[in-house]
Amino acid sequence: MSKRKLQHAHLPAGECVSQLQELLRQRLCHQQLPDRPEGLEAQHKHLLELLKRTSVHGESNSVLIVGPRGAGKTMLLKCVLRDLQEEKEAEKNLLQVHLNGLLQTDDRIALKEITRQLHLENVVGDKVFGSFAENLTFLLEALKKGDRSSSRPVLFVLDEFDLFAAHKNQTLLYNLLDVSQSAQAPVAVVGVTCRLDVLELLEKRVKSRFSHRQIHLLSSPTFAEYLGRVRTRLGLPDHFPDGRFAADWNASVETLCEDKSVEEVLRRHFNSSKDFRSLHMLLMLCLSRVTVAKPCIRPADLLEASRLSFADAKANMLHGLSILELCLIIAMKHLNEVYEGEPFNLQMVHNEFKKFLQRKSNSMYNFEQPVILKAFEHLQQLEMIRPVDSSSAKTQREYQLMRLMLDHSQIMEALQKYPQCPTEVKQWAMSVFG
Amino acid sequence: MKYFTRLRVRRVYEWRGKPLSFNRKLKTYEYGSLAISVEGLPRVTVIKIGQHILIEGEDEDNPYVAKVIRLFGDDSGKQKKAVVQWFVRVFEVPPSKLKLLGREPHPQEIFYYQGRSCDDEVDAGSILQPVQVTHLEAAAPFPDSGDADALYVKLSWDSKTFKAAERPRAESEPAPAPSPPRRPRPSLPPSPPRSPPAAALAPRGPARRALPTPDLTVMRRAAQGEARCSRATMSAGRPRAAEAESLHSTTKLSASKCLSAKRRNASARTPGVRKKLELSNPEKNLMVGEDVLGQLLDDELQSEGMVAVGRLSASPPEDLSLTPLRRSREAAGSPGNFSLKPSVIVLQKLPVSDRTSPPSSARATTPSRKKDRDTLKEPALGVLAEVDNEISPMLPVAATPRGSKRKSAQLVSSRIRKQLNLLENLQDLNSDEEDEEEFVPSKKELQSSEEEEEEEEEEEDGEEEEAGLDSDDDVVYKKGRRAAAGSRTPRPKQRIRSSTRTPQRTPNKKITPGTPRTPHRATPSIPSRSLPARQPANVLEEARTRLHVSSVPESLPCREQEFQDIYSFVESKIEDGTGGCMYISGVPGTGKTATVQEVMRCLQHAADVDEIPSFHFIEINGMKMTDPHQAYVQILQKLTGQKATADHAAALLEKRFSNPAPRKETTVLLVDELDLLWTRKQNVMYNLFDWPTRRHARLVVLTIANTMDLPERIMINRVASRLGLTRMSFQPYSFKQLQQIIMSRLNKVKAFEEDALQLVSRKVAALSGDARRCLDICRRATEICEHSASDPSATGLVGMGHVMEALNEMFSSAYITAIKCASLQEQLFLRAVIAEFRRLGLEEATFQQVFVQHQALCRVEGLQPVSVSEGLAVCQRLGGCRLLLLEPSRLGVLQRVRLNVSQDDVLYALKAD
Repeated sequence: MSKRKLQHAHLPAGECVSQLQELLRQRLCHQQLPDRPEGLEAQHKHLLELLKRTSVHGESNSVLIVGPRGAGKTMLLKCVLRDLQEEKEAEKNLLQVHLNGLLQTDDRIALKEITRQLHLENVVGDKVFGSFAENLTFLLEALKKGDRSSSRPVLFVLDEFDLFAAHKNQTLLYNLLDVSQSAQAPVAVVGVTCRLDVLELLEKRVKSRFSHRQIHLLSSPTFAEYLGRVRTRLGLPDHFPDGRFAADWNASVETLCEDKSVEEVLRRHFNSSKDFRSLHMLLMLCLSRVTVAKPCIRPADLLEASRLSFADAKANMLHGLSILELCLIIAMKHLNEVYEGEPFNLQMVHNEFKKFLQRKSNSMYNFEQPVILKAFEHLQQLEMIRPVDSSSAKTQREYQLMRLMLDHSQIMEALQKYPQCPTEVKQWAMSVFG
Repeated sequence: MKYFTRLRVRRVYEWRGKPLSFNRKLKTYEYGSLAISVEGLPRVTVIKIGQHILIEGEDEDNPYVAKVIRLFGDDSGKQKKAVVQWFVRVFEVPPSKLKLLGREPHPQEIFYYQGRSCDDEVDAGSILQPVQVTHLEAAAPFPDSGDADALYVKLSWDSKTFKAAERPRAESEPAPAPSPPRRPRPSLPPSPPRSPPAAALAPRGPARRALPTPDLTVMRRAAQGEARCSRATMSAGRPRAAEAESLHSTTKLSASKCLSAKRRNASARTPGVRKKLELSNPEKNLMVGEDVLGQLLDDELQSEGMVAVGRLSASPPEDLSLTPLRRSREAAGSPGNFSLKPSVIVLQKLPVSDRTSPPSSARATTPSRKKDRDTLKEPALGVLAEVDNEISPMLPVAATPRGSKRKSAQLVSSRIRKQLNLLENLQDLNSDEEDEEEFVPSKKELQSSEEEEEEEEEEEDGEEEEAGLDSDDDVVYKKGRRAAAGSRTPRPKQRIRSSTRTPQRTPNKKITPGTPRTPHRATPSIPSRSLPARQPANVLEEARTRLHVSSVPESLPCREQEFQDIYSFVESKIEDGTGGCMYISGVPGTGKTATVQEVMRCLQHAADVDEIPSFHFIEINGMKMTDPHQAYVQILQKLTGQKATADHAAALLEKRFSNPAPRKETTVLLVDELDLLWTRKQNVMYNLFDWPTRRHARLVVLTIANTMDLPERIMINRVASRLGLTRMSFQPYSFKQLQQIIMSRLNKVKAFEEDALQLVSRKVAALSGDARRCLDICRRATEICEHSASDPSATGLVGMGHVMEALNEMFSSAYITAIKCASLQEQLFLRAVIAEFRRLGLEEATFQQVFVQHQALCRVEGLQPVSVSEGLAVCQRLGGCRLLLLEPSRLGVLQRVRLNVSQDDVLYALKAD
């Protein structure tokens, strides 16, 4: 390492690594848009054309961008908007309103937000708005006054579009889409959603007013493409300050991708999901292990990252339980096997546990009922078990029916790794007949 | 609040005197005059035939103006009716028509109404009070009087054009010139004997009036016009009576004021004299002199001119130069802005305080002046000058009646001040505008101080009502009501005026000073674009523009029958002046709203060319309101521009539609998306359908909804019954109709192949018959065509291929593609779901069950088994796309899983993979 450091004295290695970290983190945390959306060129062109027509010709439009989570919907939209801003005509004209179904949970909030983003409240001074009804008429009035050729086009981006469909009467959607279908101020309504059945959510009148343009982001890259994407995500650009470091890094990435074990890990990820976001998570974990002492990603890093990301959350939690709680879980597992998934209560579990104790009384201490109850409640708090909904609060806690929230495989896996697990307990867990 | 005060002022209407004649056929008695008294107050206002009156309308600030032609009632005396000649206010004329005027309308201008769509028979109960209406020559300028309530007639309006208002003599024959109070009061009881000071002030009226318009020639022309109007009204006996009276007043003018006032009071008290005096409109009488004198100036004017020339050192040219300045300022939308204005108002209010026997004002004296003008001039001038001075805003106290004692003492100083004032006016116009703010309070002071104790009560009544209105508005504002689009000019002005007065009269309703009550009538708009929109450049773009749903087609093809039905329905209702309901149903995109709007456009056009009476069209949409009760608010606002809460609006509308309000045009109300107006009690719907059945409502309601059986399904019987059976159903378009629609939209722009059009229309007709869909597909097809234009084989026309592509994009389900694009584990999970369903024989399984299958499948496929967390993540992803329907994820492994796609689709998609 010190050799390399000497060879490329013009930038210290620490500087190089921190620059690398910064660059790649920006890329992986979605702060930086790619130059062009990979694999989405057709959709990009379609959307760009559409928005251009709105901003340049004043043509009203409505469109939905549909794709599974992590497919790059927002990225696509942002790319399009960035490209649109480069056009002089569009840049000066287009007004943008960004709404999110998770933030604007009802039409009243949404209307206020629209008014705020359009800077319409300035017209009436600093006066805070009155009722919802007035807001609506106010906004509709404003949009109605515009016409195709003279007023600035407004782009409405509705993120989580499906949530807007849950608003009362779908008033906002109806009105936005109605404006887009009538000779008022030109608007483009862009909905972003991951639900494929989004059109079925729309009320028939709203649906009729929607133009039925849908841009589906349903690409299925092959594994080779997936690998290529990993390379481009990790590769350093030419303009990296230290050319030598960049070349070394890129070469290390190349060797990493050719590694068999790495390919296996990546294929497993690919099989699990094709979206970018999970890949980015994986690469971030790798990247965080890059240090000055080790300025490259080793296959072992990737394996470790993969292990982390595939780890079972519930099984991990089991490791933190006390022996008593673990025993209770095992008792529940046996009860589940005996009664085929029927719910149980504390007494049943305790009895099962007592049976075990009677057989192997030498190693385990018989706990008092209150201690058992406490352990039981702790399990409930950890949501290892949950009460059956139908049972009312009236029943005593000991008799409240519960269900186990764990799969048997999780319990077995946890037992394997549980530190200093008594052999009897393990055997009890493995035994078929409790 | 408004109601409360309204109700408090309950008027009692009674005939005065014996019936003039009896109509045997109609069993009605004709009367000569009507007395209006306010409950609880001893005074009576008398309305006579020929008088101009204010009639209650929907806008309480701006009542209708009319002239009484006939008064009659039935035997029982219960029914009191009046036949009137209507006048239209400026804001009643549609704004589009106002352009025909070719100039800015004067805010106090009214038009002689010659249209025929208004019922000229009104209930006497709707008469509010007399009003002063002045007829002017078309070319004459508006007198610059500060009287905010005097109205001027120049032109007639027959709902199409403006014409010079030539009043036929016959019509004005039975109309003796009334002398109504210039300031309308809700209640105008006849005054008890006036107090001397008030009378002393009375002569100032004319001088004051004349002062702001020193342009004598113009004034004379106006006077001529007026004289012509009033000439016929002078019956033989009357001039002499007026003369007799005027003799009194002339002597009065020359003699000491107190004395003359007493004398005049005495004369006013004698019923005979008073009756005659009542007939004489001061202004009209004022002009009679000219009638006789021909080219000679009217005495009033002349004396005024003399004052201006002689007394004040202001020379006539200066006076003349004043006029345009003032007028220009007035045109700038601030009547009552000039510095002299407040005092003018005071003067004209003074007669109000001793009004009710209207002849009292000095104007009544004018006819006689032609005789002794020479003798008259000197004293008159003296008085005039003095009066002017005293009322000049600098000396507000002097304007009070009680201040008259000090008059002689102040005479000299006031003259100087007056002079200064005039000079200021001339020199410093800018400061003038600032001054006006100072003057307004002075006006207030004047007003309040001029009030007599005895007047106070009645004043307060009126004021309270105004204050009521006012504070009501205030409340509305405080609630954050925003003004609507329709900005009605006269209203803000009035409000401002009344608001300045309110604190004086009713301290409990005091408005906190410093809150500027600027009417928030401004509606915002989307800023206009900095660069112009580009026009379509080629055939495809042109076609796309035409095919956009928003572009309004020249005609609506394929809906001729429906159009005809609706047209004849509405037309007949408008012509008969009756009301009715119609229910229009049809699936979305079948042209319901478009057809109704087209009908309305045609009817509006017909009304414009005078084929049918004019009507008022308003439109509400159930989807464009947040609550069914907002319907009332929107209707009221579109009808009158008023803002109110839902309950208040409902009450106002109820009143409007149930009362025999005068001069009502038919209202056509379009209620779109009717089903959203449903409430539990259905009172909104009930009212909407009940109003048309009222006798005087003249309301036609057209309702639109999607389902044909809406009335039967959601309406309770009494609502459905009122809706009636006039139903119309818009069938979905057939493919031929859709084709025709596209063709007519394209209008010979050749962009589509014939087959392509047919394909689109057949496809859409088979699916929904929604024209919007059809147009959208065509539009998308042009885009696809444009993108593939680089292909050399392309003809440039939209062909089958393009249309097919567009159809696939829009109608194909994405589920199968989504499954094909899913990751391997996701596909495995779907297979596991199906396998588990088959095992269970149910369409539902818990995640745990499916997961077991999933693990097994993984082993079969030779993949590493997934952990539960991973399996849940896969499951959630599929649930996010809604390929699966899931229970809330906090149930973990216990959540139940269902497929949102048919099993066959899943298997098909997986097999193809």
